[in-house]
Amino acid sequence: MKILVAVKRVIDYNVQIRVKEDGTGVVTDNVKMSTNPPDDNAIEEAVKIKEAGKASEVVAVTVGEEKAQETVRKALAVGADRGIHVKVDGILEPLAVSKILQKIVDKEKPDLVFMGKQAIDDDCNQTGQMLSALLNWPQATFASKIDVKDNKLEVTREIDEGLETIEINVPAIVTCDLRLNEPRYASLPNIMKAKKKPIEEIAASDLGVDVSPRLEQLKVEEPPKRKAGIKVANVAELVQKLKNEAKVI
Amino acid sequence: MAVLLIAEHNNKELRPFTLNAATAASQIDSDVHAVIIGQNSADAAKQLSELPVVKKVLSVEGAHYENFTAENFAPVVVKLAENYSHIICSANTFGKNLMPRIAAHLDTSQISDIIKVISSDTFVRPIYAGNAFATVKSNDAKKCVTIRPTSFDPCESSGGSAPIEKIDAGEEFSNTKFVKREEIKSDRPELGTARIVVSGGRGMQSGDNFKLITEIADKLGAAIGASRAAVDAGYISNDHQVGQTGKVVVPDLYIAVGISGAIQHLAGMKESKVIVAINKDGEAPIFSVADYGLEADLFEALPQFMEELNKLNTIQK
Repeated sequence: MKILVAVKRVIDYNVQIRVKEDGTGVVTDNVKMSTNPPDDNAIEEAVKIKEAGKASEVVAVTVGEEKAQETVRKALAVGADRGIHVKVDGILEPLAVSKILQKIVDKEKPDLVFMGKQAIDDDCNQTGQMLSALLNWPQATFASKIDVKDNKLEVTREIDEGLETIEINVPAIVTCDLRLNEPRYASLPNIMKAKKKPIEEIAASDLGVDVSPRLEQLKVEEPPKRKAGIKVANVAELVQKLKNEAKVI
Repeated sequence: MAVLLIAEHNNKELRPFTLNAATAASQIDSDVHAVIIGQNSADAAKQLSELPVVKKVLSVEGAHYENFTAENFAPVVVKLAENYSHIICSANTFGKNLMPRIAAHLDTSQISDIIKVISSDTFVRPIYAGNAFATVKSNDAKKCVTIRPTSFDPCESSGGSAPIEKIDAGEEFSNTKFVKREEIKSDRPELGTARIVVSGGRGMQSGDNFKLITEIADKLGAAIGASRAAVDAGYISNDHQVGQTGKVVVPDLYIAVGISGAIQHLAGMKESKVIVAINKDGEAPIFSVADYGLEADLFEALPQFMEELNKLNTIQK
């Protein structure tokens, strides 16, 4: 079994987001960037499946600008075998990314494609589902548990009502939840080794995919600020305030 | 052209966020049709027909629709889409799972999780866990939009009498099989719609200690929430998680206990009308969004809180 894992470079989850004054986006200059957190879970799961002897190869792919390659390099350092970087600049919508990934799937013919359930920058939660639609493959979104059984996967999904279990035939797409596993850290020797692993570079323009955005971002602004609250001295005061001032209990 | 709302239901009745999505749909265009896909879902279809904003109901029945599998649902909606300008659904796990599959088939760039309708092609949506709001205009001919349910009021649920038209079922997608669903049953209000939410974080230290939260929630008629840290630590099940990757809640009162206030948690609750934070770390970021902050050990504060509530003559439910 061959597993393709898609990873995205985003602003690190610990960074306090600042909106640009001109309203064109958020500040990304000199801001720490990292792999989208649930994409780390996707890589970890693929590597675990390979370590369990159930997969033969793990390929990490990213779509984006020059520096996006860092995320592939990180995936290689935690156990992916080789990488693919589809180079493209500018804003990419999930529809465009899924079309590019479809081309990569056509070329690589993986049995499984894993990725995070959502990117923490645009919060779209679309790419995995769109890719499965384009390929007409089964989709297991928001996965918190994956059992590989021959040519099937049993996947537990986190849904609003609780948990749902489905069985899907490969080839299939899985989008990973943060609770799927605990991503490992790359050891220094493995980071050194990863530098020698191959990363194939492909220009998006060579794939024949129209990546032009369909949405115009008219403006980006800060959400309305909450007015500063107060500290209360004790529980009795808190309950009095809730009862008589806020009138919510 | 009319807009098409995808109803969320459990085959017996509509799920509550369908009413919020219906409100958003009616703000885009007054001509709202609604499709309900299920098995033995006639009662839910009738409920849908009684929403005054819905002008026509399309009902699709089939055994393979019983468990809401996106691979079976998407082709039905795609086939109907030629008659509609917009496809609309809630941005909860049902809609998040389904809508992108429809959008990809229609070759349209989905607009996820909108909080405001500016016009039929322009919407506001939160990005970066709600740390920025983006106003986006869609240039696609057909628009697939998911709506953040808590940002729209539920529509009226009675008084309408839309005609119900039956539509033929599509084929079954054979590569996905439903196995089971473990729903957590509770007598409490649903987290997503509760008027009061009491949430615990890592500071609770154990699952057992959540009984301190439960008591207060019972007294207030509140839902119980949790931070991701508390869920990851195994104190409480995932369906209680509030945050960027959990549920977004907008109650009248949100009480955060032993929650530090990570960005991803704030994303799920900072639009609440009144926020209370109880934390022994006075520097915790949760205090920056709290209307009332109490710097205290929760193991002392919660029993006192319960005592004070017991002293009150009346409590709003």
